[in-house]
Amino acid sequence: MYSLVSGPLVWIASIVFVGGMTYQLVNMLKSAKRDKVVYPYMSLKYGLRSLLHWLVPFASRNMRERYETTIVTFAFHICLFLVPIFLTAHVVMFAFAWGPKWGTLSEGVADWLTVLVVLAAVFFLVRRWMLPEVRFVTSLSDYVLLAVVAAPFVTGFMARHQWFDYETMVIIHMVSGAVMLMAIPFTRLSHMLFFVFTRTYMGSEFGAVRNARDW
Amino acid sequence: MGLPAYLIPPLPVVADPGLDENAKSLTRERIAEVINRVIDRETAARFRVYLNTCVHCGLCSDACHWFLSNDRDPRFSPVGKVKQTLWEILKRKGRVDADFIKECSRIAQTECNGCRKCSMYCPFGVDIAYLLFVVRRICYELGIVPQFLQDTVNSHSATMNQMWVKQDEWIDTLQWQEDEAREEVTTARIPLDKEGAEVFYSVIAPEPKILAQLIGSMAQIMAIARIDWTMPSFDGWDNSNLAMFAGDFEVMGRVERAHHEAALRLKVRRIVMGECGHAFRGAVYDGPRWLGWRQPPVPVIHAVEFYHELITSGRIKIARKFEEPVTVQEPCNIVRGGGLGTKLREVIQATCADFRPPPDPQFEHNYCCGAGGGVINCGPPWKTSRVKGNSVKAEQLAATKAHIVITPCHNCHSGIEDIIGGYKLGMHVKFLCEILMQVMEIPDELKAS
Ligand code: HEM
Ligand code: HEM
Ligand code: SF4
Ligand code: SF4
Ligand code: SF4
Repeated sequence: MYSLVSGPLVWIASIVFVGGMTYQLVNMLKSAKRDKVVYPYMSLKYGLRSLLHWLVPFASRNMRERYETTIVTFAFHICLFLVPIFLTAHVVMFAFAWGPKWGTLSEGVADWLTVLVVLAAVFFLVRRWMLPEVRFVTSLSDYVLLAVVAAPFVTGFMARHQWFDYETMVIIHMVSGAVMLMAIPFTRLSHMLFFVFTRTYMGSEFGAVRNARDW
Repeated sequence: MGLPAYLIPPLPVVADPGLDENAKSLTRERIAEVINRVIDRETAARFRVYLNTCVHCGLCSDACHWFLSNDRDPRFSPVGKVKQTLWEILKRKGRVDADFIKECSRIAQTECNGCRKCSMYCPFGVDIAYLLFVVRRICYELGIVPQFLQDTVNSHSATMNQMWVKQDEWIDTLQWQEDEAREEVTTARIPLDKEGAEVFYSVIAPEPKILAQLIGSMAQIMAIARIDWTMPSFDGWDNSNLAMFAGDFEVMGRVERAHHEAALRLKVRRIVMGECGHAFRGAVYDGPRWLGWRQPPVPVIHAVEFYHELITSGRIKIARKFEEPVTVQEPCNIVRGGGLGTKLREVIQATCADFRPPPDPQFEHNYCCGAGGGVINCGPPWKTSRVKGNSVKAEQLAATKAHIVITPCHNCHSGIEDIIGGYKLGMHVKFLCEILMQVMEIPDELKAS
């Protein structure tokens, strides 16, 4: 079971993730051609200007107004990438299968960042309940997606601390990690890919065409 | 803690024959056919990517004056409006009934100004206004358009202007205004069809119909600034475009083409347009976009930019400053949509002694007047909800304690007047041109005695 999950499943997840992202990207680029304004309006300069203002914390007005959400969102997303990529266990497994190795987070730091991600997910959950404008647009899928993203962090933490049966926990963790990876291209989690394009397009339309700022 | 959706009290029902009567003849088959046709044939990457990317975070809400003014009622938040319309349509694959389409029209046509402020608040830059314009398009194709708005579209379609102005009325009005202008400035003329002029001046149809003195004022300004200008005697003089807001893009395209072709026919160097925001949007963005032009064929300059040029180049001189305290309504179609915020302030500062900037949000971030995007053109039935939907603007204006609100946009002008009336602010609204008429110097040799 363990070898099945750590071998083929990881492969499948990676292929689905990369293939799915490529499919979404190609699809978008093709249908952007039919949307006659997209390519003519795109501007590198104004696109990057907008991207910068939305990737730097507090560089946009709305980020300053909703500072608590901004802090949590940035912490959440940074850890989302940082932890799995620089986790000792992951790096070791990767090196074992492929060879290349890179620096890792100390175990204590990884633990704390994992807890941070889970707390941020709880914050998003509470926010969905507390704010009428968010609750109004929330459906079951939003809870499911949040759970899909939180699951690898919760289960990874549980495995590392040997809660319950270690072997089972690691298997559950790997499955949940795989599910998350595979979900990214085909759900709203694809905002990871589209963010760059929607933002640069809007930046171009505001900057190059309308001569105004969009942050 | 907000109430769950099913506990929110229903909104007052507004009767509008354009919705109620026309909905009677709709069938479910026709609705599904139109919805799927519009979505399949007329939308592409932006539509799909925006809808798939939106993470339902609600961060766009604080942008919208409707949401803020209706006690943060989630039905008025930008994403809330998309949920009630497009999400539902897509979930049901277009199988919705006539009552649902009426709701869509109410939401997309009368409760969103297409002001695009929410795109500056959404971290992804989702263009909610565009999404709601797709809803308007669907409603239009189904014949569900508020009656007053549809009437303006019919007028555009039949007469190429918004208010059923006939050609002889148009020419008579110009002659009358030329006479009026000459009583102040001896050299004032309104040159018709002058080929090769430097400036082609266009206005919106309500000017000849009800605000003709604005044209006479412009004739005086042009004479004093010694501008070589012209206006067409033929169709294409009206730069307004409400078809753009009703989802009738075919008529929108015809109207914009007529406007630009009139300028091309007269071989002018550039088009200067009167103080109107949506006309600017139509002439510079939405029209060319639909017609497949990257840019308008003849450069288009909004009145604010033109006045700025006249003042900074010294072509008109300011004799005395306007004394009463003034504030400004920053029209989104030229400030957020055209980057003219700074020039507008500079013109005001050059002409007024006591300018009171509105409290935040300002410039691109300022609230829309609530009238634009065709909302005020939906007419009296929708006035109550429109005024109620912009109490934040009333509070903002009241805080300045100004007497005059300078408003270089016709829609804003009427919208702000309604807000002033509705909230009893006791202020007055003026166009920049009215201020200029009071403060600019008329050189002695041009003064009519
Ligand atoms: C699909 C392939 C994956 C495999 C094979 C895998 C494997 C592992 C292993 C073996 C551990 C270590 C348990 C221990 O210390 O004994 C672990 C921990 C962890 N993994 Fe994964 N993982 C995968 C995907 C993911 C993903 C996609 C994420 C998050 C986005 C993730 C987040 C974590 C976290 C947060 C920990 C625990 C960190 C801590 O508390 O120190 N993993 N993973
Ligand atoms: C560079 C890539 C990414 C960017 C720029 C980005 C940006 C954003 C932004 C702006 C939000 C909305 C703000 C908020 O709700 O706090 C958001 C929400 C969210 N993101 Fe990302 N994201 C990225 C990648 C990812 C990835 C890889 C995942 C998970 C696999 C993810 C999961 C989430 C979740 C679950 C939410 C929703 C929180 C809620 O329920 O409100 N994001 N993201
Ligand atoms: S009125 Fe303006 S801010 Fe509100 S939803 Fe429409 S475009 Fe967005
Ligand atoms: S439109 Fe943007 S801000 Fe609004 S809910 Fe969707 S992602 Fe969030
Ligand atoms: S009427 Fe004025 S404030 Fe309102 S949408 Fe138009 S330009 Fe904007």
